[in-house]
Amino acid sequence: MNQDQTPVLVCKDLCISYYTRAGEIPAVVDFSLTVLPGETIGIVGESGCGKSTVAMAIMQYMGANGGIKSGSITFKGRDLTQLSEDQLRRIRGSEIAMIYQEPFASLNPSLKIKTQLMEVPLAHENISKDEARRRAVEMLSDVKLPDPERLMESYPHQLSGGQQQRVVIAMGLLSNPSLLLLDEPTTALDVTVEAGIVKLVADISKKYGTSQIYISHNLGLILETCDRVFVMYSGEVVEEGTIDSLFTWPRHPYTHGLFACIPLPTADKHAAPLKPIRGQLPLPFERPRGCYYHPRCDHFKPGLCDREHIKMEHVEDSAADHRVRCLRYKEIDHHLLKPSDEVKEPIALGKRVLNVDGMKKYYEVRDSSLRALFSGKRIRYVKANEELNFTAQEGETVAIVGESGCGKSTFAKVLMGLESGTDGEVRHKGKDISEVAVRDRSDKQISSLQMVFQNPFDTLNPSHGVGGQLSRVIKKFGGETDKKKIFERVMTLLDTVKLPRDFYYRKPRQLSGGQKQRVGIARAFAGNPSMVIADEPISALDVSVAAAVTELLTDIQREHKTTLLFISHDLSVVRYLADRIVVMYLGHILERGTTEQVFDPPYHPYTEALLSAVPIADPEVTKREIVLEGNLPSAMNPPKGCPFCTRCHRRIGEICDIEMPPDREVVDRHVIKCHIPIEELSKIGPVIIVPDESERIHATKSE
Amino acid sequence: MVTLVVKRIGFMIFTMIVVSLILFLLLETDLTGDPAARVLGQFANEEQKELWREQHGYNQPVMLRYVKWLGNFATGNLGESIRFKGPVADVMLPRLWNTVILGFWTFAVMIPLSLILGVLSGMKEGSKLDRSISVFGIITTSVPEFASAVIFSAIFVFTLKWLPGTSSMSGGFEFKQLILPAMVLIVYDFGYVARMTRASMAEVMTSQYIRTAVLKGLPYRSVILKHALRNALIAPFTVIMLQINWLLSGVIVVEFFFAYKGFGALILEASLNNDIALLEACAMVAVCVAVTTQTIADIGYTFLNPRIRFS
Repeated sequence: MNQDQTPVLVCKDLCISYYTRAGEIPAVVDFSLTVLPGETIGIVGESGCGKSTVAMAIMQYMGANGGIKSGSITFKGRDLTQLSEDQLRRIRGSEIAMIYQEPFASLNPSLKIKTQLMEVPLAHENISKDEARRRAVEMLSDVKLPDPERLMESYPHQLSGGQQQRVVIAMGLLSNPSLLLLDEPTTALDVTVEAGIVKLVADISKKYGTSQIYISHNLGLILETCDRVFVMYSGEVVEEGTIDSLFTWPRHPYTHGLFACIPLPTADKHAAPLKPIRGQLPLPFERPRGCYYHPRCDHFKPGLCDREHIKMEHVEDSAADHRVRCLRYKEIDHHLLKPSDEVKEPIALGKRVLNVDGMKKYYEVRDSSLRALFSGKRIRYVKANEELNFTAQEGETVAIVGESGCGKSTFAKVLMGLESGTDGEVRHKGKDISEVAVRDRSDKQISSLQMVFQNPFDTLNPSHGVGGQLSRVIKKFGGETDKKKIFERVMTLLDTVKLPRDFYYRKPRQLSGGQKQRVGIARAFAGNPSMVIADEPISALDVSVAAAVTELLTDIQREHKTTLLFISHDLSVVRYLADRIVVMYLGHILERGTTEQVFDPPYHPYTEALLSAVPIADPEVTKREIVLEGNLPSAMNPPKGCPFCTRCHRRIGEICDIEMPPDREVVDRHVIKCHIPIEELSKIGPVIIVPDESERIHATKSE
Repeated sequence: MVTLVVKRIGFMIFTMIVVSLILFLLLETDLTGDPAARVLGQFANEEQKELWREQHGYNQPVMLRYVKWLGNFATGNLGESIRFKGPVADVMLPRLWNTVILGFWTFAVMIPLSLILGVLSGMKEGSKLDRSISVFGIITTSVPEFASAVIFSAIFVFTLKWLPGTSSMSGGFEFKQLILPAMVLIVYDFGYVARMTRASMAEVMTSQYIRTAVLKGLPYRSVILKHALRNALIAPFTVIMLQINWLLSGVIVVEFFFAYKGFGALILEASLNNDIALLEACAMVAVCVAVTTQTIADIGYTFLNPRIRFS
């Protein structure tokens, strides 16, 4: 980064507001940013902090009610806020391109890929259709998509999510822009697909020298992709700096808070509980005086932090451009507040509650095409679950990990009685429940097996109050009839999930996402279940909210000695939360064992790839890079041999394609399904290497 | 795609047969009263009725009669109309043609008008143009046909004296006579189609792929024509196809008001006069048209929407 390079983009004192009936809402305040050629800038923050608004302002696409109140956005010497619609059109797509969060929604469903790609150069340059086509095909192979000619003739819905995002990236790069905006480009994708996209984006910026602004809520991803990072809170930047400087010596209490919310690869729930940020993000028109963060800050000093608006300040003795918006950053010693100070007692495991033995679930699919009618093959099977074997004990947390389509949610459905198993047994407290539908189960069985759902926004009935929904469960499962007693029980439940008691009278629409999920948890625990299935309970929530909900779940579990079946694709949360892990792929269990066993070698090659794909927000942790090629095979047509053979980086030969690998037992209850002998697998080193606490840079510096 | 077309056509034929059976049971059997009494009138005596039954084969088994009846229909032998004293085909076809002419002109004006205005108003939701078109659409749609027919007659026939008040075409076909009935229908139906189009267009305009198209730097014209329009027309397409049925047999009030000798008025006349053969023929034509347009709508829908075509 030379100082004499002319910046590609300069945002100066930018204030962006939305104008609604309620009045002016300042979405972004006092935002300044400089992007140099070839540089990647990260903007990180929780939802509602204004990070997407910044991207849209750079694009000058604010909608009817948004506007730039003051400040300027200068792109290559031209102020974008002053340009006409036609001048903007020439810059959009050709000099500044954008990549979006949901690739499927961003592609036109009724136009072929070739039409959508070719129109970019055709709109901006005076070239022939053949030339545009040639470039589109070339770009598709540049983003490592197989068979570009065939892809050109496809429609978006015929591609997988990862392929769609590659097409969107190709579309953005077609006219060789000097600035690329990426708005949460991998949030909607699976971890291994995410790793592929991240690598692609990094390669591209190197190859074409494109500057990038990378927007994400994931600190780990920002660390892997960016040169400099901006942390935003409630519409303003609270801290900025180079990756090294900011991740090693974060200065702002909010940045610290964010780090304390993410489980680190070494941490587990007993030794180092997460430390959620208390309170909530203030709404734009409810921002407090002085520092916007002060009501949630542990270092708040009355009379200082709540007086006037705080300016960005250069951090003393730091790299050139580390700046922070805090008056007390010099006084605060964050080492006194290490999250590992607090230690919680591990839960004593009780007797075995769940026993899954050879469980299978096949879905019948009727093929109604003429060809199937003639060939007689009308019924095909989707093998969603194939021979599942595992157990769970009282008070234990078992995590089921895998990418979308691996069959983890199908298993949850069988367990809950929403689907019936095809073969094998699922014994809960000794009784086989795999074929008992939920309506045939006794109230006691239902209440002892409850579920917390992924999306808190859709799982509460919008027309019933919180109190009503909880009372109903208590009436049905608790056998309580006395109104007063039910009310008392609801109150204690609200206390348990740490919600104010007057939430009894609220409707779901009056709650935030995290609060709704707390109600969802309260509902699940209302009948004192012996086992709770949590299906991605925090993946829809913000970092700090997710941390709070995770802590709440473990606390309640500890108190009630509940068995928790935690379904997730996020390995860092799983590492933190789980006692045992089951790794699934295409309906098969590829590896199972305790958390330590799964996270340390020997690994199944798939586990190895999953671990490598987890973004870690710690610059001193090193990882071995394993990027999986290709897509998840269709469950309708799985590989004949090992389910993972089509993408495996350790494929040993034909045997992988033909023969189903054996379950190899490493030690008791640690099983790997692979053709490679355990001795070979044991020779492979760990994927994630965490430096010892004493060797860390900040540790040496603080002395 | 081929499977789908074959399936839809098979389903279409099946529907027609079911409807024909219902029609037969209702009109030709004792289920809803004696057909002989219905044809000969309430003053006919038992002997006359028996003679009529014998002559027209009503004493044969029901199933045999149904098969014969269906065979007659298929071969174009529609029977005799008792009201018009002649073969049903001779009575029905000219009426059907009249309605097709009226429907064609109504369609030719109404569809482009409502699509264009619907798209324009959906393009910028909440703009002045959008609000004016929406309000105008609600007003015209909420005024019933008979009321607007009276109003238009008062203006164009009695005050301005530009157009004839009746459209009986007694002196041969005259385009002038077609204007008023078509106008009433256009005004009534325009609001409905336009508002459907507007809603669909407005939804498409807020979608993320339109944002992508704008941020690709495409000219506004091609954002609208290439990206928005095709997706926005998927939903109104089905509605437009439904309007064909309505124009064929649902415009009785307008035909009656202007004394236009159309198909809807004929159905009314046939049912008032217990003209069974004519009623059956008219009903079957209406059903065939309804089922055919629906089939076309279904197939066209999959054609417009690649997500269904290739799944």
